[in-house]
Amino acid sequence: MKKTDPDLLLFHAPLLRQGMTTPKAMRDVLYALAPATAASMWFFGLSAALILGACIAGAVMAEWLFASQEARGESLRDASGILTGLLLGLTLPPGLPLWMAFLGGFVGIALGKVIWGGLGHNLFNPALLGRAFLLATFPIAMTTWVPAVSDGGFFQVYAGNLALPFMQAPVDGVTAATPLGMMKFEQEVTPLTNLMFGKISGSLGETSGLLLLLGGVYLWLRRDLDWRIPASILLSVLIFSAILSLVDAVRFPSPLFSVFSGGLLLGAIYMATDPVTSPVTPRGAWIFGIGVGVLVMLIRVFGGLPEGVMYAILLMNAATPLIDRYTQPRVFGRGTDSK
Amino acid sequence: MKALRFLRRNFEHGVHPAHHKQQTADLPIQRVPFGKHYVMPLGQHIGVPAKAIVAAGERVQRGQLIAKPGGFVSTGLHSPVTGTVREVGDYRGVDGRFAPAIAIEADPFATQQVDASAAVDWQSLTLEEFIEAVQIAGIVGMGGAAFPAHVKLSVPDGIRIRHLLINGAECEPYLTTDHRLMVERPEALLEGAEIVRQKLGAEETVIGVEMNKPDAIEIIRNHIRPGDPVRVVPLKVKYPQGAEKMMIKSVFGKEVPAGLLPRDVEVNVNNVGTIVAIADYFLRGMPLIERVVTVAGPGVSYPANLIVPLGTPVRDVVKFCGGLKPGSREIIMGGPMMGRPIASLDVPILKGCSGVLVFTEEQTARRKEYPCISCGRCLEACPYFLNPSRLARLSKSRMFDEMRAYHVFDCVECGCCTFACPSNIPIVQLIRTAKDDLARRKEPDA
Repeated sequence: MKKTDPDLLLFHAPLLRQGMTTPKAMRDVLYALAPATAASMWFFGLSAALILGACIAGAVMAEWLFASQEARGESLRDASGILTGLLLGLTLPPGLPLWMAFLGGFVGIALGKVIWGGLGHNLFNPALLGRAFLLATFPIAMTTWVPAVSDGGFFQVYAGNLALPFMQAPVDGVTAATPLGMMKFEQEVTPLTNLMFGKISGSLGETSGLLLLLGGVYLWLRRDLDWRIPASILLSVLIFSAILSLVDAVRFPSPLFSVFSGGLLLGAIYMATDPVTSPVTPRGAWIFGIGVGVLVMLIRVFGGLPEGVMYAILLMNAATPLIDRYTQPRVFGRGTDSK
Repeated sequence: MKALRFLRRNFEHGVHPAHHKQQTADLPIQRVPFGKHYVMPLGQHIGVPAKAIVAAGERVQRGQLIAKPGGFVSTGLHSPVTGTVREVGDYRGVDGRFAPAIAIEADPFATQQVDASAAVDWQSLTLEEFIEAVQIAGIVGMGGAAFPAHVKLSVPDGIRIRHLLINGAECEPYLTTDHRLMVERPEALLEGAEIVRQKLGAEETVIGVEMNKPDAIEIIRNHIRPGDPVRVVPLKVKYPQGAEKMMIKSVFGKEVPAGLLPRDVEVNVNNVGTIVAIADYFLRGMPLIERVVTVAGPGVSYPANLIVPLGTPVRDVVKFCGGLKPGSREIIMGGPMMGRPIASLDVPILKGCSGVLVFTEEQTARRKEYPCISCGRCLEACPYFLNPSRLARLSKSRMFDEMRAYHVFDCVECGCCTFACPSNIPIVQLIRTAKDDLARRKEPDA
């Protein structure tokens, strides 16, 4: 008998899918960061491009080196390594030696992602782990801030960038304190408009609050980010600092200053929202965000460092599995009994 | 906020697949010509299979009882054609397994008329007689689950049904059978609804229809006589609006407690097709021997809404629709979200089969699976507020017992999580595997 029927497949329903895929979601974050990345080059010139490039190169190198032969192409194609490199780069000071930036990217992926089992399995945000490594290893270079490019134009490169590995970095003639540093150590408040538009000293990506918010709105519209996390972080920082500034308006920063200064927006919108390292449940997201916000303020106000976003997020990353466990959603038809 | 939610007629979560109904939404229901071979599996409903009461060589009339219920959760079977019983034996079913079935050869010279005098005066029946009649008539839930209708209608003492809810959501993409029934046979729908409403002693009939069927909503509304306790409720277009507990939430704002049934919130839910089948039996004497099937999908030459006698091989149905287009790779019985793939064109159309959908390479291409990044899209999709991400992880590690604590048995397998997953993780399949394993391990004790 002649066979005329097609060979039928037996894939199980649902056969339909919405269009989003994980690599697309990763790329969306890259697009969302594009304005802030461009701004970093505008403010810090070629140095910004070099540092970001070095971080991405380090991250991708680690991905490539530690991936198995057959998974090699894939782990690069899902863009998560590039994203980690870019995020790390945006948290670094513009005058950092390039070899340190490269090392940070490499360590971030190697210790922050690969040893956990790769994408989706890590406990800590790889970019922030890379930064924590750099801060612990090179404390001086990591806290030397330079002013934004003014006279030299785009092609000016900070002297510090070109330091050779393990050699004493040449010191830039001019350094400038960050707004948080000025606040903490000199009680000097930077005007809010400067914080919004970026004419301040600071890490590459944290300078323009508005562009960071813009990217956040894009991610929210694309449903790539859990809005509860940035909302709860920013709200808790606002409330905490409002209370503090009621107590003593000179010693403690104003609420808006707290939100727009330092790496808070960068951290709240792009790092704390890393889906892998933040709680998956809605209530967990609120708890996580409030925890980050409170820790940020505690470190900023009472700690030895002017900035605390990185440690706040890393600490809450560690608490994520526990938060997830105790915040399971209320199941349909089960009253308030969630267990 | 609460008032607004009531206006929106909605349940929370769910997904929005493209509905793909334009292929067949405006095509009138046509009757498929009678073929030659028919296969009636004895277990085409949920529950105990029916018991055959005919033997090979026996002559049967269209509509004649050929198998009686095998227990309470079981229904009768009737011959879909006038002809001769060829064999009572094992035939391949939808799931690929062989199961007992009655094979009938149609008589090419018979008129294939149903004896209309078999109609029953439903008003004179007591509730028990009525329920038994529904069972003998073989009527099951026509939305896809094929749960015996009489079991749903048997309400234990002490429970009152106040609302008869008729499910015309048809939230599965591609399917248009309930849509066409509502447009073409609104009288039968309202007659059947009145029969059931009176027998249950319910106060009102509510017909829930998704807003993407405005013609159906209007036509039913035009057929409701003033004073009739019937209202049509337009519902938001969202999957799975037609899941009965979701629909109860949308229409009445009540959550059916987990583990309980709609009747526990004083509601009885029936599909449009089921209600029409009840009207056809009591008013026109026709038991459940045929049903409306949507044949659609990118692989079908001429999509259609068809009345198909039960037991007709899918092959005949597809042939009537111009055959499969080249490149057809998969045939789904039911809808694309919850339906089942069939391995052979010889599988017969069953009572619960609302659609025959043919898909091509594009829908069946292998999708690369990425690791779960805990993005939470499945949590936002799950209408039961489960944590599919966690369930899938546990299932992958074969930690099935731990899944009970995450209420794996509350899952209705609607597939929203899998639809929403950007990492293409087969979440609902993983959950099904776990449920199957857990249910099977219980057996040795019993």
